Amino acid sequence: MEKSVNYGGHHDDLNLEATKLRLGLPGIISSDIGYEKQSSSASTVVVVRNNKRASPVGIMTQESSSKSHSNVSDARNGDPNSHHQPPAKAQVVGWPPIRSFRRNSFQQKKTDQGDGAGMYVKVSMDGAPYLRKVDLKVYKSYPELLTALENMFKFTIGEYSEREGYNRSEYAPTYEDKDGDWMLVGDVPWDMFIFSCKRLRIMKGSEARGLGCL
Amino acid sequence: MRKDRTEMSEDDDRSPPLDLRGADIAESSNKTRNCSGVSGSGGPVPGPGPSSMEFQAPYPDQVLENVLENVLQFLSSRRDRNAASLVCRSWWRVEALTRSDLFIGNCYSVSPRRATARFTRVRSVSIKGRPRFADFNLMPPDWGAHFAPWVTAMASAYPWLEKVYLKRMSVTDDDLTLLAKSFPSFKELVLVCCDGFGTSGLAVIASKCRQLKVLDLIESEVTDDEVDWIAFFPESGATCLESLIFDCVECPINFDALERLVARSPSLKKLRLNRFVSIGQLYRLMVRSPQLTHLGTGSFSASEGMAHGEQEPDFFTAFAACRSLVCLSGFREILPDYLPAIHPICANLTSLNFSYANINADQLKLVIFHCHKLQIFWVLDSICDEGLQAVSSTCKDLRELRVFPFDAREDNEGPVSDVGLQAISEGCRKLQSILYFCQHMTNAAVIAMSRNCPDLEVFRLCIMGRHRPDRVTGEPMDEGFGAIVMNCKKLTRLAVSGLLTDRAFSYIGKYGKLVRTLSVAFAGDSDMGLKYVLEGCPRLQKLEIRDSPFGDAALRSGLHHYYNMRFLWMSSCRLSPQGCQEIARALPRLVVEVIRDDAIEHTDETVDILYMYRSLEGPRDDAPGFVTILQ
Repeated sequence: MEKSVNYGGHHDDLNLEATKLRLGLPGIISSDIGYEKQSSSASTVVVVRNNKRASPVGIMTQESSSKSHSNVSDARNGDPNSHHQPPAKAQVVGWPPIRSFRRNSFQQKKTDQGDGAGMYVKVSMDGAPYLRKVDLKVYKSYPELLTALENMFKFTIGEYSEREGYNRSEYAPTYEDKDGDWMLVGDVPWDMFIFSCKRLRIMKGSEARGLGCL
Repeated sequence: MRKDRTEMSEDDDRSPPLDLRGADIAESSNKTRNCSGVSGSGGPVPGPGPSSMEFQAPYPDQVLENVLENVLQFLSSRRDRNAASLVCRSWWRVEALTRSDLFIGNCYSVSPRRATARFTRVRSVSIKGRPRFADFNLMPPDWGAHFAPWVTAMASAYPWLEKVYLKRMSVTDDDLTLLAKSFPSFKELVLVCCDGFGTSGLAVIASKCRQLKVLDLIESEVTDDEVDWIAFFPESGATCLESLIFDCVECPINFDALERLVARSPSLKKLRLNRFVSIGQLYRLMVRSPQLTHLGTGSFSASEGMAHGEQEPDFFTAFAACRSLVCLSGFREILPDYLPAIHPICANLTSLNFSYANINADQLKLVIFHCHKLQIFWVLDSICDEGLQAVSSTCKDLRELRVFPFDAREDNEGPVSDVGLQAISEGCRKLQSILYFCQHMTNAAVIAMSRNCPDLEVFRLCIMGRHRPDRVTGEPMDEGFGAIVMNCKKLTRLAVSGLLTDRAFSYIGKYGKLVRTLSVAFAGDSDMGLKYVLEGCPRLQKLEIRDSPFGDAALRSGLHHYYNMRFLWMSSCRLSPQGCQEIARALPRLVVEVIRDDAIEHTDETVDILYMYRSLEGPRDDAPGFVTILQ
């Protein structure tokens, strides 16, 4: 299931709506649908309890649950709030049957480490007037992330080499890790990177060369 | 299994006077037997021993009972004991005298007074309380299942009590205090899914139970009273501790006190730490106790205070030194970098619990490929189908698998699916028990498992999307579950999910002849579904159903069977108060509780929750306001 990348924050003054990437037919405004975030929600999302099934356009539908089997009569659903399909996104009490101890231990992790679904970090670029945010969970590897950053800020990074960092290019992507140190993007394995990355900064080449020499 | 409970009940009503006579006989026969040093229950005769060696000429009944006692003391299975106790009054009496392990499957089925009156020489008590669905917030809190009346009765009846095992009971600090004070030989306390107590209660246990061997707190809710309970263990001398499990205790622990405790516990074999113990602290504990067989690692992550660049302890060596380690768990806040440290012991592991560790397939593979002896494996679905394939290729001896969801909601991606289940079924042919949470499933994979794993006794599949059909064919999941009950001849426990019609239940009724526990949620079309089960499954003891369209007619169809069951739970179904009333009237020894849950939206006519169970005591006197007991 694809996730749409939310490139913008909620910067009303910059009118990012017009350039915002999302899945759906043009002309449909997301607020009509009644969702705050996309389907693979971040830990802070509030589930919208809609009893009405929202318009399928622009939403990732749960494919099979929306079809009711032809042999199954209306009587099958014993839930007093019954519909043929389970209400989209509404969470039912005690379902799935996981004990609260287990549920809570992961909630805790999500808030402590920013792990789990949705890992938004700030991205700054030297010389750019405002910051952006990216969801690191969306990417599976460094090339994907770097391409996205290139598109976001309209610049090129060039190739990474262990020895020279990004010396060939004008910019170098760096990040602040858990210890507060500024590191060059690409040195550590991807999984370790997303775990420890707190924010990103795209440094101008001249500054970055200093880093690459270390 | 007894078919007719009424006979047993009548026996019980007549029992007290005979019991007293029986006790007399037993006493005097003990005195004579003590001459030869033989006694019942496999241990020294408790209570007032003979002060002098009196000789009484034994009368014939007594000789018979002596012989019986010597034989029956060896019966350990409670089912065998239940059968033996029905032979005749003499056997009933002697069985009661020689039963040392008392198991109460439902704390309200019998009163403490009655239980302690019948079984007078008990050393070990197990009591289960709340119904399982209460764990998922389906019932308002404070429903009952209090330990207090039991511990009060036992304090006078069983001064020699050694073991207490409680599941889903409400235990207070006062209860724990009374326990610690009343039983000088107390050795083992195991609390599973319990609540109502805190660290103050634990402190009393630690300080007063000088012979304590086992203190196991498993998935229980422990209030943080800010009492340093670990420090209450006696400071000097070796302890008897063999097992200390406190991974569910969500409050910081005094590590220095813990370290000293472990250092003076030479018999300690099982140690499960909570997440407040960092990996560095774990290292120090492991170094002190290489004899451990079961280890719960705590957080398995560096604590905040570790200095940058400080030399990492040699975990590899520490693990390698624990040659007896067979069971590993914990990993509550795992830093995957540390995982390779456990390599030295992987080859010995028979049980591994990664169900709190958010690791992916690659991280798992580093470990699992060494775990050839693994029999029990609990894990998070973060390992994906790929991780399960790795398990299936290595763990040929796997008996029990549990796959828990990291993100327990209906609408997320679902990293594991029918692909993983199929792989497991192909690689792990000895599988006996499976609990599998997933988003998508196919009948084909379930059928494959039913054929590949004939030893399955427990099959619990939770397709998290309600009413979700076969991912590939779009059909209900009837055929898959049907194949399970048909092909797995040893199946005793079943939990169903996904889109299911009455047909699935007809299969269960037709083939599930050994099924004892059945869990149903969001399934079935009509009353027929429940009827099939109640009429078809003679061994059914525990039935829990939620959000399924079963009504009064279905309920009626089980009248012949309810006395054979431990309980029936039905919530958000189609029951009316009248329908439940009918059952209550028809079966006087059944306690029929109608529980009102204000969190559920409902019309006036339907019953929110029906919870009914057989009992010798009639309506309980501690029912809270939201419980109505029908009669």
